Amino acid sequence: MRNKNKKDLIERIKEKFEAYLLNHAHGLFSSLGRLSRTPFTSAMTILVLAISISLAGGFYILIANIQQLTGNLQTTNQMSLFLHDNVNENAGEKLAEQIKQNLNVDSVKFITKKQAMEEFKANSGFGDALNALDTNPLPNVIQVLPKNVLISSDEIGKLMTEFKQLPQVDFVQIDMQWVERLQTILTIADRGVFLVSLLLGFAVTFITGNTIRLELHNRQDEVLISKLIGATDAFIQRPFLYTGLWLGLLGGFFGWLIVSIVLLILKNPVEKLSSLYNSGFELQFLSFFEFISLLILASLLAMLGSWAVMVYQLRRIRPL
Amino acid sequence: MQRTLSMHCLQKIKTMLRFEHVSKRYPDAGEALTDISFHLERGEMVFLTGRSGAGKSTLLKLIAMIEQCSRGNVIFDGENISRISERRIPYIRRNLGLIFQDYKLLHDRTVFDNVALPLIVSGVNHMEISRRVRAALDKVSLLGMERKYPLSLSGGEQQRVGIARAIVNKPKIILADEPTGNLDPDLSAEVMRMFEEFKQVGVTVFIATHDLELVNRLGHRVMTLNKGRLVGGGQV
Repeated sequence: MRNKNKKDLIERIKEKFEAYLLNHAHGLFSSLGRLSRTPFTSAMTILVLAISISLAGGFYILIANIQQLTGNLQTTNQMSLFLHDNVNENAGEKLAEQIKQNLNVDSVKFITKKQAMEEFKANSGFGDALNALDTNPLPNVIQVLPKNVLISSDEIGKLMTEFKQLPQVDFVQIDMQWVERLQTILTIADRGVFLVSLLLGFAVTFITGNTIRLELHNRQDEVLISKLIGATDAFIQRPFLYTGLWLGLLGGFFGWLIVSIVLLILKNPVEKLSSLYNSGFELQFLSFFEFISLLILASLLAMLGSWAVMVYQLRRIRPL
Repeated sequence: MQRTLSMHCLQKIKTMLRFEHVSKRYPDAGEALTDISFHLERGEMVFLTGRSGAGKSTLLKLIAMIEQCSRGNVIFDGENISRISERRIPYIRRNLGLIFQDYKLLHDRTVFDNVALPLIVSGVNHMEISRRVRAALDKVSLLGMERKYPLSLSGGEQQRVGIARAIVNKPKIILADEPTGNLDPDLSAEVMRMFEEFKQVGVTVFIATHDLELVNRLGHRVMTLNKGRLVGGGQV
């Protein structure tokens, strides 16, 4: 007898659970059906969401590409000493030897103006134009690589002024300083992208929330009747949250599509440009993992917007 | 002593709904109900009459937990519903069958879906929904109309859909607010016959109406409200 009761109870719980799952499945698909019944409104909302999401995704991938471009450039403290015009090759060579004796210097390399010209002709793509020049405008250069222990910028600065005071030296330049500067700029840009994405995330939340608010307004009768026949708030919210989910998911997908199309359009010119610079740079697209993250994030934000609106509005809608 | 106690208990079990000195005051409209006390037995059919504005709708709203009373207690099936948490309200409402003058049907859903709504809300499984919706439609003689939409039905048929929806979840009490307000005398009589059938199977039926002629012809207990006070039929 007791066994039978237990069996009944398990059976009943099973049935309730099935009904619950069925209810969720119904919410999932009926909300999609509802979106397709108002194709124009739905398309507009999804497009606005997609544009917001593509802006955030676009900025993100832009920064990622620039970082990739500069990432394989190593920052060293190598500096170039440009010599005065009146210093000839022999004197330059001697000076290089002299600098090598400095305790703070790891290695030096003397590049004559001739060598520099050859290299420049080969790599810059200005070969023919350079042939038109009757004198070589390039100076003799000594490249100095300081010892690794000298990492503080203070000590580098001291070394620089030391070299600058040499009479043969015209001016001194740290070769990779621009990379360091660019990377600092990129860190700022990175943060900027984060902030912009945050704002666009808010936009996704509010756009979805507003759409859900309108949808709720259109279905006010249904909500009231459901309340009167004993629907819980969770039950009433469910289809609306699924609507939010679909909006976020579709907005995310089309946002990704926009970014991908823009990148495809840019791919050829960018790679042509990079080949002109003899660089193996390849335009980077959103990875599969980033694509999935984008979808999840967009869906969560959209559902958050829907949920906030529902909690607020359901308290306001009372049967009369 | 023992006997009066058990009598008291029995009384409690028999009572479906009890109002104890209930008043309802609206902040801007003054007192809508004043010191109302009565009770309804299980399986009793009672009419609530009075002019419009006498407080009939307000009284029904207190039972449906759409409004809360300002003073007194409303006891439904042994539970004080005048002081109840918002969370519990949906579960108690599943024991009420509400019927409205304007039917309150969903026009974008079929008759079947309209009647099934209370069952879906309560998490009844698929097979059971189908069986019970048909049974409810059978009771109101609408079997075969499942696939139709409410707007393609006559007023009387729409009200019967509303009644099927109210009884599909086997409620303990049926609350009807002017259920025949939009129907002609023949249809009204038919609706009343249905209510009497529900009473036969032990459901409490509480009907607010101003159709005194109909009420007098049927000969059930009649409660009368006047300016928010119960002036007749309060005591059995």
